[in-house]
Amino acid sequence: MAEKILMKGNEAIAYAAINCGCDGYFGYPITPQSEVMETLMLEKPWETTGMVVLQAESEISSINMVYGGACCGKKVMTSSSSPGISLMCEGLSYLAGCELPCLVVNVMRGGPGLGTIQPSQSDYFQATKGGGHGDYRTIVLAPATVQDMYDYVDLSFELAFKYRNPVMILGDGVVGQMMEKVELRPAKPRRTDEELRELCDSWATLGKPASRPGNIITSLALDADIMERHNIHLQNKYATIEANEARYETYMTKDADHLIVAFGCMSRICENVVELARQDGIKLGVLRPITLYPYPEKALDALVPQMKSIMSVELNSGQMVEDVRRIASGRAPVHFYGRQGGAVPSPEEIYEAFVKTIKK
Amino acid sequence: MKEEIIIAGFGGQGVLFMGRILAYGGIMQDQEVTWMPSYGPEMRGGTCNVSVILSDNKISSPILSRFDTAIILNQQSLDKFEKQVKPGGVLIYDPNGITRHPERKDIKVCRIAAVDEAAKLGNAKAYNMIVLGAYLKVKPVVTFENVIKGLRKSLPERHHHLMEMNEKAISVGMEAVEIL
Repeated sequence: MAEKILMKGNEAIAYAAINCGCDGYFGYPITPQSEVMETLMLEKPWETTGMVVLQAESEISSINMVYGGACCGKKVMTSSSSPGISLMCEGLSYLAGCELPCLVVNVMRGGPGLGTIQPSQSDYFQATKGGGHGDYRTIVLAPATVQDMYDYVDLSFELAFKYRNPVMILGDGVVGQMMEKVELRPAKPRRTDEELRELCDSWATLGKPASRPGNIITSLALDADIMERHNIHLQNKYATIEANEARYETYMTKDADHLIVAFGCMSRICENVVELARQDGIKLGVLRPITLYPYPEKALDALVPQMKSIMSVELNSGQMVEDVRRIASGRAPVHFYGRQGGAVPSPEEIYEAFVKTIKK
Repeated sequence: MKEEIIIAGFGGQGVLFMGRILAYGGIMQDQEVTWMPSYGPEMRGGTCNVSVILSDNKISSPILSRFDTAIILNQQSLDKFEKQVKPGGVLIYDPNGITRHPERKDIKVCRIAAVDEAAKLGNAKAYNMIVLGAYLKVKPVVTFENVIKGLRKSLPERHHHLMEMNEKAISVGMEAVEIL
């Protein structure tokens, strides 16, 4: 059996990056995710795998270093927390427009503005509906455990290169700061120059061989026809992602009359709410979207008809609930419970709120 | 088996590290564990706490409002967490600096004069290991051997010469704890 190590979610991101053959990390410190770069600096992967770790002068600089690395077909990433991600959003739009693979980790904290360093999920809209400008999408994975933080790094790079699209791991202060045991995965070496050319020669700026014209990477297309064609191409790609990549988990939904939808750390807290409800004879289950984009539409859609009520539970003032309402589309009443600004509810508190909604 | 613990005190008392050793001890006996700290300004002083869950099964919520055991090392934490101990649960506290002592009758209250014991040992830094020893005596959910293994895992190699002192401090705590 593989060794199991006790580590923080943020440390797991760093170890996973080294382990899965990441070529470069560019970041700027911000609580509650500073341990990502701290761990990378302590591990000195540039001496082992050759991975670059660089503290940039700002988040804007970090994301543009990611842009540069991604243009060269490298597995590159950055991490930050909410205010830092806001600064990166222009870069994210450019990365998406140029169809570049990369990983951005957001360990969310309470906002708006500088806000608080305590956990939050208030960047759901920003992560899933854009953030930057233009008709683009980012694949978004929401980890609930420290093992997820570790495993989603490799998965993110796989998806990023499969679709040539930015991928975001949308964690929060709870999964970032919490320690749990992590089962380490077999190491993947960094790609060699030959592997890189084989995989990315059709688009990356690897140096122009005589055999083909140069690859140009730009998001600029002044001609409306060309720009529209590019947008249609992007939308077709997003449709493929939506058809193939939705991921989710369910907990006790088979016989459930009531459903809680929750992502990240909240899905785990809500599993305890299910236990409280079932002690009282109420058949409650949980749907946990793992991908927030693409949203697990079909999974939720299929559960709606059996439900007397649905409640979205989030660490914000009601963001994902808009998607839940859209998918439920009037077939079941949809309620919301949330705490904001860094407060995290206990299972008892959520259960009390849930009971109130079904007694109405 | 499932044990839900809150350890709370001042920043600098070794609260987080004590929780980490317990969590590693749990891993050594193949349990599921979570360690969830309060984080932020606490690092620079003020109150600080960590909840640790050890379980034979998958752990759902890492955030709790009721605990099997509360290990309390200052007045603010006693005021906050005494009421969050489950009926029949355990509260272990250090009376140093406490002006309002635990009042509940439906829980098992234990006292460990860890500040005094650490002074007797001549090592203020052994404080958290004395408290850990008290806990292990009252609630032997993790074996002494596994705690020592966990401690070895948690300490960087350069500190391994301190193992003996820490083992001694744990033993002192096990002997000095009083069940009230």
